Amino acid sequence: MSLIENLPRIRRLGLPRADGLVQWIVPLAIIVVWQAACVTGFVSSRVLPAPSEVALAGWKLLLSGELARNIWVSFWRAGIGFVIGGGIGFAFGLANGLSQLSNRLTDTTLQMVRNIPHLALIPLVILWFGIDESAKLFLVALGVFFPVYLNTLHGIRTVDPQLIEMGRIYGMTDAELFRRVIFPGALPSIFVGLRFALGIMWLTLIVAETIAASSGLGYMAMQAREFMQIDVVVLSILIYALLGKLADSASRALERLTLSWHPAFQKH
Amino acid sequence: MQEALRFLTPDAEPVDPADIIEQARLAQHGSEPLSRGLPLTIRGLRKSFGDNQVLRGIDLHIPAGQFVAIVGRSGCGKSTLLRLIAGLDTIDAGTVGFGEETRPQDVRVMFQEPRLLPWARVLSNVEVGLGRDRASSDAQGRARKALAEVGLEDKSGQWPAVLSGGQKQRVALARALVSDPRVLAFDEPLGALDALTRISMQRLLERVWRDQAFTAILVTHDVAEAVALADRVLVIEDGQIAHDVHVDIPRPRRRGSADLAALEGAILRDLLQSGDEPSDL
Repeated sequence: MSLIENLPRIRRLGLPRADGLVQWIVPLAIIVVWQAACVTGFVSSRVLPAPSEVALAGWKLLLSGELARNIWVSFWRAGIGFVIGGGIGFAFGLANGLSQLSNRLTDTTLQMVRNIPHLALIPLVILWFGIDESAKLFLVALGVFFPVYLNTLHGIRTVDPQLIEMGRIYGMTDAELFRRVIFPGALPSIFVGLRFALGIMWLTLIVAETIAASSGLGYMAMQAREFMQIDVVVLSILIYALLGKLADSASRALERLTLSWHPAFQKH
Repeated sequence: MQEALRFLTPDAEPVDPADIIEQARLAQHGSEPLSRGLPLTIRGLRKSFGDNQVLRGIDLHIPAGQFVAIVGRSGCGKSTLLRLIAGLDTIDAGTVGFGEETRPQDVRVMFQEPRLLPWARVLSNVEVGLGRDRASSDAQGRARKALAEVGLEDKSGQWPAVLSGGQKQRVALARALVSDPRVLAFDEPLGALDALTRISMQRLLERVWRDQAFTAILVTHDVAEAVALADRVLVIEDGQIAHDVHVDIPRPRRRGSADLAALEGAILRDLLQSGDEPSDL
């Protein structure tokens, strides 16, 4: 995720290539320190339960099937909301990037809506949809829409006009021009939008589930708070972190796959 | 170091084996190879951008297969003229004709920037040049042939990002050549290259022009390049053709030879005299 990492390297460091393991050193170290602090009594288990206790709570929930069910529900909501919001955002980004008319017609409206914090709509959404699934899907879709829309639009707008001229000179049809020049040129920017959207997706879902839900990870955490099960609360938070990492890794893998032409993704 | 300097001094340029082959080929074909190029006739061509009159009535005839260089100060309208010839901009007044109906792939342009698709491998970048014939079954074969023509057949599977500036420009040349154009327009194609790469690219341009016998129109700010390559040098000033110089120096031309240098000097003097900038030459 770091900025420097994505910049071209001037000089290769003499370290062995073990990025896959290296990235887990810090999280592991944090867990070790955390465990030590709890065991020695430096941190009270009422404030923060030890990792071992959290793991135990996780194991119990796993055996009862509750954990898998809640994760699945959250995952499903996130996925569907993401596909709907991202799909609409992508479609608007394409339309407004390619057509002046469409852009004039809709961009101002979209920019106004964008400036409303979408979580501020929660009271309204609850009035509309109750605490139904559609309320969560609506919020996630709305949150995901804007980063995908803005970055798709930006990506299309910034495709090198010289390449577009080249494509026209060589007789590409509009469809070919889109497929061979505009879309691949916009792809790096679209991926930036995608990764932003993934972050917003989890954020929105968790807030929505915490406030109004009868299942899902956010609901699990709120229930645990009611019964003072601090280990389950911490477990939920850790699962969010892992799911976020998973989503980010997935989008990165997709990036590497589709942007292999890009100097930043070539093996040095 | 001594060796390198000696290579750069014009008088001591070593004999290039390619020159000998070239001479043999000239002897075989005669000095006027059969041209498959198209003649170009321009009448009363005008173009303005807003209030700025860039071309003020150009009349020009280029016989089929001729290599014409267009030189002039920056902003004199030479690139605009080339863009109008290639059909990239709309004409305000006048005509540009090739003597017969042309298909799009008959007239190709090469720019100062290679304009390669960074997300397509070298071979598919060359295939882009086939235009509507891209879908045909021999598209790959033709692209490979064009790549071989510019000496890059071993780079066909590479991404453009890993190529050097000169190599990218050679891929762009292959893309322009792959459709067997009959007119090839060059807009400062070597402007961004270093001196040594320029010289080898000039040789390459001359060779493909001889091999494929198209009509070549080269816009350049480098008068030495113009006299080394062209049959004829047009000097454009204030949107008009100010001088039309025929270069009657036999090919292959030796870079830095006295007659080339004299001609270059004469054209440069014309350019400098006409300019408003103080001349201290």
